[in-house]
Amino acid sequence: MYRYDEFDHTLVNERVHQFRDQVERRLSGELTEDQFKPLRLMNGLYLQLHAYMLRVAVPYGTLSSTQMRKLAYVARRYDKGYGHFTTRQNIQFNWPKLEETPDILADLAEVEMHAIQTSGNCIRNTTSDQFAGAAADEIEDPRVYCEIIRQWSTLHPEFTFLPRKFKIAVTGADHDRAAVRVHDIGLQMCRNEAGEVGFEVVVGGGLGRTPVIGQTIREFLPKQHLLSYLEAILRVYNQLGRRDNLYKARIKILVRSEGIESFRNLVEEEWSHIKESALQLPLDEIARIENYFSPPRYERLDDTVRELEVKRFEDRDFASWVRTNVSTHKQPGYAVATISLKPTGKPPGDASAWQMDAVADLAESYSHSEIRVTHEQNLVLAHVKKADLYALWSGLRDVELATPNAGLLSDMIACPGLDYCNLANARSIPVAQRISERFSDLERQHDIGGLKIKISGCINACGHHHVGHIGLLGVDKKGEEFYQITLGGSADENTAIGKIVGPAFSYDDVVDAVEDIVDTYLEYRSDGEEFSDTFRRVGLAPFKEKLYAAH
Amino acid sequence: MPLIKEGVLAEDSWQALADEDELVEGPIVVTLDRWQSEREALLSRNTPIGVRLKSDQTPALLADDLDRFAVVALEFPKFNDGRAYSYARLLRDRYAFKGEVRAVGNVLRDQFLLMQRCGFDAFEVANEAAAAAWEKAISEISVTYQPGADARRPALALRRNRPAA
Ligand code: HEM
Ligand code: SF4
Repeated sequence: MYRYDEFDHTLVNERVHQFRDQVERRLSGELTEDQFKPLRLMNGLYLQLHAYMLRVAVPYGTLSSTQMRKLAYVARRYDKGYGHFTTRQNIQFNWPKLEETPDILADLAEVEMHAIQTSGNCIRNTTSDQFAGAAADEIEDPRVYCEIIRQWSTLHPEFTFLPRKFKIAVTGADHDRAAVRVHDIGLQMCRNEAGEVGFEVVVGGGLGRTPVIGQTIREFLPKQHLLSYLEAILRVYNQLGRRDNLYKARIKILVRSEGIESFRNLVEEEWSHIKESALQLPLDEIARIENYFSPPRYERLDDTVRELEVKRFEDRDFASWVRTNVSTHKQPGYAVATISLKPTGKPPGDASAWQMDAVADLAESYSHSEIRVTHEQNLVLAHVKKADLYALWSGLRDVELATPNAGLLSDMIACPGLDYCNLANARSIPVAQRISERFSDLERQHDIGGLKIKISGCINACGHHHVGHIGLLGVDKKGEEFYQITLGGSADENTAIGKIVGPAFSYDDVVDAVEDIVDTYLEYRSDGEEFSDTFRRVGLAPFKEKLYAAH
Repeated sequence: MPLIKEGVLAEDSWQALADEDELVEGPIVVTLDRWQSEREALLSRNTPIGVRLKSDQTPALLADDLDRFAVVALEFPKFNDGRAYSYARLLRDRYAFKGEVRAVGNVLRDQFLLMQRCGFDAFEVANEAAAAAWEKAISEISVTYQPGADARRPALALRRNRPAA
């Protein structure tokens, strides 16, 4: 993975000093809270319902075991012993003290981490495919370009006060695990007719209160022009994006009001001026960054591993975990392991300090000391020898991290909701907990198969409910918590926005409603169909029938 | 309003005129509206002239006239209205404007560095304390990752020039 050189170290350390000074000015009263707010937000420090929250960047979701140990240390030393992994592949600490935040950032800087641009109307952490570098269907490792974008976007002087926050996602694989079509800019690596590798550029996607699927602005962008093209898009957006209404300020609204053709013309015109500038990426610079992401030294192994097959036969729990949480690796004899942060009845995405330490140890023993955070709020060890899977699983089980539910119903996304967030209409986490308890029988979940339930506590859609197969949105009905249900959403290469099924359900009834939906799906599903397939075929009607006939 | 130039408080020889103000002797800064409606009269005065753009007025509107101005003042109605950062880049990079690019409005020390990197070289601030903070504000962060309109060299260029390890 990427390692800082002297420039990266200097910048992050200087940023810590700068923030320490700003916090001191706040504590001494020189700055009012109003004046301090934009400064703290530039460093990921939010004020929540009960306390400050610090969001730490995990660039493109890749962590070393040393960094993971430091996060455990921070959780223990400055927080209540846990952290929360987010859908932006970052980690949040929910209880830091203001006066200690500069120390936290200084501790993080020691392991090449920071909280820069984890909030504010700037270019946020660039997200990527959690299977990057290990997926068989990958053209190139997308993290190389994520790192190039990270550097270019860090403290970008022109784009620090955009109309609204700006999110970029990159994927190198055909199967889109990074949801690139619901980002402000999505980059899909592809080849042109000459076989050169570049990007399809998608612009104007997003969730929030106006979900929009992004449109292709350029079919093929050669690699060396990546930054100039991004700069052109951002420059057009920075000048023309709406600033009069918070909810109309994202680039998706600009692209829609201009129309993609006209928006493309504006961008291409701007690009024609800066294409050949210092923004052009020298090939040796790309190669330099590529070096950091070169694959680990794989052993030459057989893909069929006898020990693994024996253990699967002997141990049903292990077999069940392998079935859901282990994916194919491009290298024979290796596998990708997903560590579920969704144990039954626990808040999705939370990990305790001791769990983080354990994952760091296991990554060192079995996966080249590297860990990924997924946008579905799980962790991934990307390069595990199949022969080590049993040992890895046993180690995970010891710290309650071996829940065999990756991709299944209980692998839900839920935003912080009313328990933490001052914008919430309704609770999210307790609903997720109740659903996972209702379906706690894993055999039943296996029968149901892959299913994505996503829950947001309000229209801001932090829980991505629009792109859940089943989406739950917290709404307020005369002061009561209600949940509007959408069906048929999807965040992969067949991105779709879910459709509202009908009137919302109360907090008490919403879990029954989810169960009714699942039962209806099972009733109508034909062989080999996933939820989206069945839904496309039968539409909303049978679900409506089941949900509202009885009520 | 105190004016910072080259890092120190400077005498401001320019008078900013509102549209209803009478024309005065000496160097003046007028609004875009006034420039557009009184262009010939203003040019015939033969005194230095500047123009002030609101945050929804791009310098592209003046592209053909820029060599007539010694100052272009770009307004920040709020510090977080970031349009003028792009306007400054356009003035410097696209139109090769060599005159003064002045930040006016809600101009705060925490943004000096960003402004300077985008090509601003004069800053109207609310009070003199901001001037005292100048040096620190622009040197707190010494590393830059992207080419700007200033003389700082981005990390990429420095890395490429460093002797092989
Ligand atoms: C107290 C905590 C939070 C507050 C106040 C908050 C606030 C918001 C707001 C206002 C938006 C809408 C922005 C827009 O559409 O322009 C938003 C969107 C979003 N937030 Fe949060 N959020 C919080 C926590 C989180 C957490 C914990 C996560 C991740 C687990 C998250 C992930 C997202 C995502 C992914 C979006 C998606 C919208 C998009 O980018 O299209 N947020 N949030
Ligand atoms: S979706 Fe709403 S309730 Fe949930 S975290 Fe975002 S703003 Fe808060």
